Amino acid sequence: MNMPGAPLLSVRNLRVHFPVRDKPGSLVKAVDGISFDIEAGRTVALVGESGCGKSTTAYAIIGFEPVTSGTILFAGRDITHLGKRERRALASEMQIVFQDPSAALNPKMTIGESIAEPLIIQRKTSAERQRRVAELLELVGLPPAYRDRTPNALSGGQRQRVVIARALALSPKLLVLDEPVSALDVSIRSQILNLLMELQRELGLSYLFISHDLSVVRHLADDVIVMYLGTVSEHGETGALFREPRHPYTEALISAIPIPDPRAQRKRDRIILSGDLPSPLNPPPGCPFVGRCPIRIDPCSLTRPALVPVPTGTEVACLVRAPATPRPTLCEVAVPLR
Amino acid sequence: MSINLEPEDARILLSIENLRVRIAGVDVVDGVSLSARQGSILAIVGESGCGKSLTALSILRLLPGAARMAEGEIHVGDIRLSTLDGKGLEAVRGNVASIIFQEPIASLNPLMRVGAQVEEALTLHRGVSGAEAYRQAVAMLAQVGIADAERRANQFPFELSGGMCQRVMIAAALICRPRLLIADEPTTALDVTIQAQILDLMKHLRDEVGTTIVLITHDMGVVAEMADEVAVMYGGRVVECGPVDMIFDAPAHPYTRLLLATVPKLDGDRKSLLRTIEGTVPGADAWPEGCRFRNRCPLASEICGTRPPLAPVDSVGHMAACWHSSQVGELA
Repeated sequence: MNMPGAPLLSVRNLRVHFPVRDKPGSLVKAVDGISFDIEAGRTVALVGESGCGKSTTAYAIIGFEPVTSGTILFAGRDITHLGKRERRALASEMQIVFQDPSAALNPKMTIGESIAEPLIIQRKTSAERQRRVAELLELVGLPPAYRDRTPNALSGGQRQRVVIARALALSPKLLVLDEPVSALDVSIRSQILNLLMELQRELGLSYLFISHDLSVVRHLADDVIVMYLGTVSEHGETGALFREPRHPYTEALISAIPIPDPRAQRKRDRIILSGDLPSPLNPPPGCPFVGRCPIRIDPCSLTRPALVPVPTGTEVACLVRAPATPRPTLCEVAVPLR
Repeated sequence: MSINLEPEDARILLSIENLRVRIAGVDVVDGVSLSARQGSILAIVGESGCGKSLTALSILRLLPGAARMAEGEIHVGDIRLSTLDGKGLEAVRGNVASIIFQEPIASLNPLMRVGAQVEEALTLHRGVSGAEAYRQAVAMLAQVGIADAERRANQFPFELSGGMCQRVMIAAALICRPRLLIADEPTTALDVTIQAQILDLMKHLRDEVGTTIVLITHDMGVVAEMADEVAVMYGGRVVECGPVDMIFDAPAHPYTRLLLATVPKLDGDRKSLLRTIEGTVPGADAWPEGCRFRNRCPLASEICGTRPPLAPVDSVGHMAACWHSSQVGELA
């Protein structure tokens, strides 16, 4: 099935819409037409504010949410609408790690049992399971004796190591990491980020990395997708996107990161957006960002901008910064002669 | 009751001396002394379990049932909060000093219109009610940046976004023009663009109204942006404190130094391995004798088994509790 040269994951025009109870005919367009690829061994980050659709995108890929339209290809194979049995088989190829490891582990199971569970489901023998659990504990940097402990005897960082070990039990190619360090203590986060980087190097894993922490995203990701209200505002190589963000929303997001340097902080020009994310129930007809945009022009509230490549190296959905067709010249918009 | 707000030293608004908070026989806040100057922003920074929130709650005597203030003196202006009785505390809370929390939605009454919640303190402390209270509440909501304040005042919390609920909390906390605002992780539950709005609002309040702010956070970026003075807490104690530039330029406690080094920088190398702090954050029942960071500290030696005093480092007001603070600069 695996087509040579195809990206590991390929998402095209993905839409995930939810009907609204009590409002027949209304739809929440949580994800509304997004496309991207993840190559083997690479990290793609989804960033944006809560409600932008980043988690829904991940859940659609992992099969937690039904896809309204669009396609998801995994290693060249269409996995958009898989049945239960096929999905379960695919679990050995892709796994997800959630934000809160305490909620992701059964408090009554030992660490060894938790890590072995996917192996039981895939009908591995007891000897195979024992061996694999030992390998996995070592891989994520936990002492072998932790096999017999329960989650309550572990710290938050150690629990997240266990969750990562369990996700790796079946040697998947793709890990979806949904805010994997946000619930951890600050002094522990870099341990887990290092572990993720080392595992990727060692095992050639691909990551779909979801985070609201842009400093972490910049450090780990190869490509970044900035989402706003279910659509992509800007998409491109991480270095280019952080060096020269072109979408006004990307600019605002990056400028809103508080940086741990008081002198640099005082010199920074901050862009403070007014207002909140609008409701995805009644998205504006034009650019979804128009209500908060500091550089909007009249056409923005009428036309939804398409993603257009810009010279700085990213793709940008903005009529002002990345006009799809050449902007009218001055004489064309000049007041006609009376 | 009338409250005289002229303290003996007009520059210090809040002072905490040797605070001890005890839970089940353990001093989870272990001898904390802090002060904040009039009109300044003091950031208390640390990880979960370091005692920063309990310290903040102690100021207004809002400790949860299991926790007890075993020792310490707390003054706001010339009011000695540590010995006030219930009635005295009521007269202070929401009036002289207010507090806001991380989850604004959990702090608001879901069944009450937000305008009425802002009015409450005004009615209680100033005897203002009816149309006048409503007018002042709407004006306050507008002042904290709520567009269309009149309409919003008549809405319920569920009709407002998280950022707007936090603005409502700030409006309710500030309606009586308190001298002190305690903000316990006020932006942790909010998105970064909304966080920027709320932090900006708090700075404006400090600049325009002169409110002294105690900001509790775990985010060194927020500290750098907001604070004049910083107190770093670890294991129930202040391990370092001083002016914000000193703390970031020349941290004198290994914990502060390493904490700053573990965070990926916006202008740093990408994909490189990050600096880590070994081990885990110990619970209060597992704090080591002496310096509580010593199990995780690369500079630790035998002397660290005895408690290091919080001592001046190199400049006025910069203190660190480390036997090896002169070597901290060598920690790359």
